[in-house]
Amino acid sequence: MSSDFKLSRGKFSRSVLGTLLSVALVSGAGCAQRTDGAQHTDIPRTASGKPDMNGIWQALGNAHWDIEPHLARAALAMQPGPVVPVPAEEVLAFGAVGAVPSGQGVVVGGLIPYLPEALAKRQENKENWLHSDPEIKCYLPGVPRANYMQFPFQIFQSESKFFIAYEYAGAYRDIYLEDPGPPQVDSWMGQSFGQWEGDTFVVEVTGFNDQTWFDRAGNHHSAALKVTERYNMTSPDHLIYEATIEDSETFSRPWVIRMPLYRNINVDSRLGQFKCVEFVEELIYGHLRKHLIRK
Amino acid sequence: MTFLIPRLILLLCCGLLLLGLAFPVVSQTQVRETKPWVMPRTSNGHPDLQGNWTNATITPIQRPRGRDRVLTPDQVAGIEGRRQNLIDASGQPSDPDREAPPVGGDGSTGAAGGVGGYNYFYIDAGDRVAIFNGEPRSSLVVAPEDGRIPPLTGAAREARREASALRRVFGQYDNPENRPLGERCIKSFGSNAGPPMLPNYFYNNNYTIVQTADHIMIMTEMVHDVRIIRLGEPKPLAENIRPWMGDSWGWWEGDTLVVETTNLPLRQVNGHRYVYPGGSEDMKVTERFTRVDEQTINYEFTVDDPTTYTSAWSGEVPFKALDELVYEYACHEANYSLFNVLSGARAEEREAAKKKEEGR
Repeated sequence: MSSDFKLSRGKFSRSVLGTLLSVALVSGAGCAQRTDGAQHTDIPRTASGKPDMNGIWQALGNAHWDIEPHLARAALAMQPGPVVPVPAEEVLAFGAVGAVPSGQGVVVGGLIPYLPEALAKRQENKENWLHSDPEIKCYLPGVPRANYMQFPFQIFQSESKFFIAYEYAGAYRDIYLEDPGPPQVDSWMGQSFGQWEGDTFVVEVTGFNDQTWFDRAGNHHSAALKVTERYNMTSPDHLIYEATIEDSETFSRPWVIRMPLYRNINVDSRLGQFKCVEFVEELIYGHLRKHLIRK
Repeated sequence: MTFLIPRLILLLCCGLLLLGLAFPVVSQTQVRETKPWVMPRTSNGHPDLQGNWTNATITPIQRPRGRDRVLTPDQVAGIEGRRQNLIDASGQPSDPDREAPPVGGDGSTGAAGGVGGYNYFYIDAGDRVAIFNGEPRSSLVVAPEDGRIPPLTGAAREARREASALRRVFGQYDNPENRPLGERCIKSFGSNAGPPMLPNYFYNNNYTIVQTADHIMIMTEMVHDVRIIRLGEPKPLAENIRPWMGDSWGWWEGDTLVVETTNLPLRQVNGHRYVYPGGSEDMKVTERFTRVDEQTINYEFTVDDPTTYTSAWSGEVPFKALDELVYEYACHEANYSLFNVLSGARAEEREAAKKKEEGR
């Protein structure tokens, strides 16, 4: 964060509890906040006058479970029970810790406009979640999923660079400020090209593979995905994040997700390290050990 | 070394190699002759270190015995000529009618040995010796004076013996944890992400630096490892928090960025043969970044660890500007190598057991 922000931070400082309370109060009203790119006067700015987004940010809420509106349910993986479905054997031991909290969803208008075949694929993904969700295997999360996982991310913004480091899996995005041309290769995190439209940072992300998901509910896309993100700072500690999703192979029309992002205002907050590759070795390679440890 | 190049990396390696051959790095002298260089600075007035950089070089970390610190022109020509010959020879088209490699490999070692792995087309280990302050260097280590990492202390030798004994409990293919960190897609080869940040002598020796008023971010292409260096007053992490790449903070001394790192992880230093340079929980690394021309950051480092080494040791590495994009190094996501290495070992064991059964 810039020295400008440091000067103003006292003015806007509040306790973490205060922020959490405000989250609870405003999260439902997030869509009503200004996203028109109009200038906000009380935000930190860089030497050239751009909104200064340096710092650690995180989405709060339950979009990482399911970006559509959803009820709480017992688990992500279920099996038929004698009366109603019950948690699958593999996740049973997690009990309430493995249950899915409810969420109002972040899709503007409510539901994702899937094409019929893609909707069937979503259902298949959901039913086969344990074996299909790339997050389970610690794969790179893709965009926009990376921005609303339950992990923070840190923005490094200078006059010539805009870089996002994610805690989850050590993922990162170097958001080019000059047009790099068409992506040379498909990738998990895509190729990002960012431009300022007034005070809104607009990022076009293309060059994806078809391996990433939007959440833990099986919402998916093809390699034709194009994501247009809009980062709009509404106060020193709040961003409104909006992403327009276009993928004519999967959806009948473009659609939008929108949610607030919150600055971690804790003094000395640091991005943690979650290099999870080694955490999933037993899951992925455990059956290839010389002496199996699985029962 | 096994075959864990995902498709993206193959493309990148090809691209980098071709570019490297087509556009050799412009020498420092040439730049100075064409136009006077002015230090680029950020809005905070500090030297601007931002951009993409590479530390690929064929100068080894430790000095071959008998060599002087600075190479003669003949030695440079010999070393670079041999590398070029290797590149040229390895770049020849393969004979499509060649026989399969012998079962168990051809006895050679290295990435291209055994049963045939990468040829040089896929490798980007550099083709030039390191030139630091105008001197062609025989080693990256410059202190002690012999250019070699100092001997281990008695305690460190004992620790190495214990680690070695622990490793011998297992076969090298018994478990994923017995494989090198690079093969497991956890870190790059050697001390690539650092600190100290050293070449991996294989490929993708690329870094992206972003600089803000209160942070320096250094991303190492392999395996997308991000170092977040806080500027200003050090506020070390708790003793038990030891991230990969440690805990770094930095400050400016004039036009030089100084970075100090502690809290290096013990598992990085005790378990794995690929991990370099190895050290104790007391290890401290000090790095100095000085931009000296448009194409070069002079990178200096000192490793202090009296528990491990009988003296401190230091090195100097030129980081050269890389005027190319750095592509995603998605290693784990397509790590068929680790799967195949382990399943191959299990297949061999099954075959051996079957033969034994048949021999009864």
